[in-house]
Amino acid sequence: MRNSYRAQNIAFFFLFLATLLIVVPVGLIVVIIIQKGLPAINWQFLSDIPRQGMRAGGIFPAIVGTVYLVSGAIIFALPIGLLAAIYLSEYSKDNLLTRLIKLAIVNLAGVPSVVYGLFGLALFVIFFRFGASIISGSLTLGIMILPVIITTSREALESVPYSFREVSLSLGASKWQTIRHIVLPNAMPGILTGTILGLGRAAGETAPILFTAAAFYLPQLPNSVFDQVMALPYHLYVISTQVPNVEEKARYGTAFILLALVLFMNLVAIIIRYKFRKKKKW
Amino acid sequence: MSKIITKNLNLWYGAFPALKKINSKIEASRITAIIGPSGCGKSTLLRVFNRMNDLIEGVRMDGEVLIDETNILNLRMDLVVLRKKVGMVFQRPNPFPLSIYENIVFGERIHAVDITRDKLDEIVERSLKDVLLWDELKDRLNEPALRLSLEQKQRLCIARLIAVRPDVLLMDEPCSTLDPQSTARIEELMRELKARYTIIIVTHNMQQAARVSDDTGFMLLGELIEFGKTEDIFTKPKDKRTEDYITGRYG
Repeated sequence: MRNSYRAQNIAFFFLFLATLLIVVPVGLIVVIIIQKGLPAINWQFLSDIPRQGMRAGGIFPAIVGTVYLVSGAIIFALPIGLLAAIYLSEYSKDNLLTRLIKLAIVNLAGVPSVVYGLFGLALFVIFFRFGASIISGSLTLGIMILPVIITTSREALESVPYSFREVSLSLGASKWQTIRHIVLPNAMPGILTGTILGLGRAAGETAPILFTAAAFYLPQLPNSVFDQVMALPYHLYVISTQVPNVEEKARYGTAFILLALVLFMNLVAIIIRYKFRKKKKW
Repeated sequence: MSKIITKNLNLWYGAFPALKKINSKIEASRITAIIGPSGCGKSTLLRVFNRMNDLIEGVRMDGEVLIDETNILNLRMDLVVLRKKVGMVFQRPNPFPLSIYENIVFGERIHAVDITRDKLDEIVERSLKDVLLWDELKDRLNEPALRLSLEQKQRLCIARLIAVRPDVLLMDEPCSTLDPQSTARIEELMRELKARYTIIIVTHNMQQAARVSDDTGFMLLGELIEFGKTEDIFTKPKDKRTEDYITGRYG
């Protein structure tokens, strides 16, 4: 008896240690960024355009650019991803082709983002002649996050109990009514989780927008979706490596805003998810 | 004319024959029990009547199943229309994760084009009264259905079904998860509902079949061995195999 308790305590200790090892670096990142970045944050930093070759002024165009790019990516990827997930989980037959498609989608999630950047350059910028623009960048980011959205949405749909579908059909609902009234509402929290993951990834990636949307230095706001924009991750890269004599706090300030923006977007999705969960009345 | 008639009904799962030449006549306003050992095809037969077997890949059927003189195996049969008319109560009570109220009006919300709150309220009251839950639940309509007891859940599932106004109720071992008292009360409910519906119940429990049904069919290995008045089946079975089963000598 004593021995098994001891083994249990040792196991608990290592599990706790492993958890701590994950939490500590994340916590440190947040603390350092807040500590070094917060002094840079003021109204001018948030609302002004960059000045003196990005050594002074603010990062407003980059914030706006990232918001546009990420919103565009979600507007493009969420409906298509959701429809594809519904098809794969509810309509497609379980055969070799379907399984290959599912496997391909999962693998696409692991493709390096710079490859998506190159793809976006070839397809949207050059072939469709969109040029380096918000629309090219959004579509590229959208394609990058599609696999994440499809995979998580499909898993969410498939986790809705079969008995719900069975009852709904037995009550005379059509297949589509069953999906719309029973399956989708119950899968919504999972779908939103996928969207949150996609959002965070789209906001943070530099490589896909490098060739397709991001401007090195553009001290004005875009007029249309065919304009180039500055974006936070690229701006961070630029002022960290390409421009000499930028104050450290401006760099950390930019990182802080990027982090805050992603967290804020996640928060919105989490609140929506919470509302859905509450409505579910489990 | 009988409510439901099967003529030489065969059903295969892939190459496996699950139902063999089933001929039966099921009457309205009576309770028909289908008994038999596990895997004999009784649930499969039940699921022919609302074509729920169609959900399984590789199912083939031939023969005829007439409900109100319409062959429901016809390719042009509208399954939505069929399933509104022939409803099902499942083995495990399976309310949706919605409120009690929303569970009952689910069918109405889907089928009716424009519905008023008053109409829905009326449906909820009538359906809950039919399953004798109204007094218990009338003040808790907005509570989650999943918080109810098993018996209440099963009654709610019956109420949800009745709200769609079917004429045939298929019950697939509706009491198998319930305790004896709850079982007795559900059986009482079945007797109450019998006048207005054609009820077919599949059950493992022979006492239940004897207690509640007017007619009984005994199935074995995909065949309907014997079909007749319950008292005849239980007191003077014509087939040796039926006798072995009901006296407990089988399996």
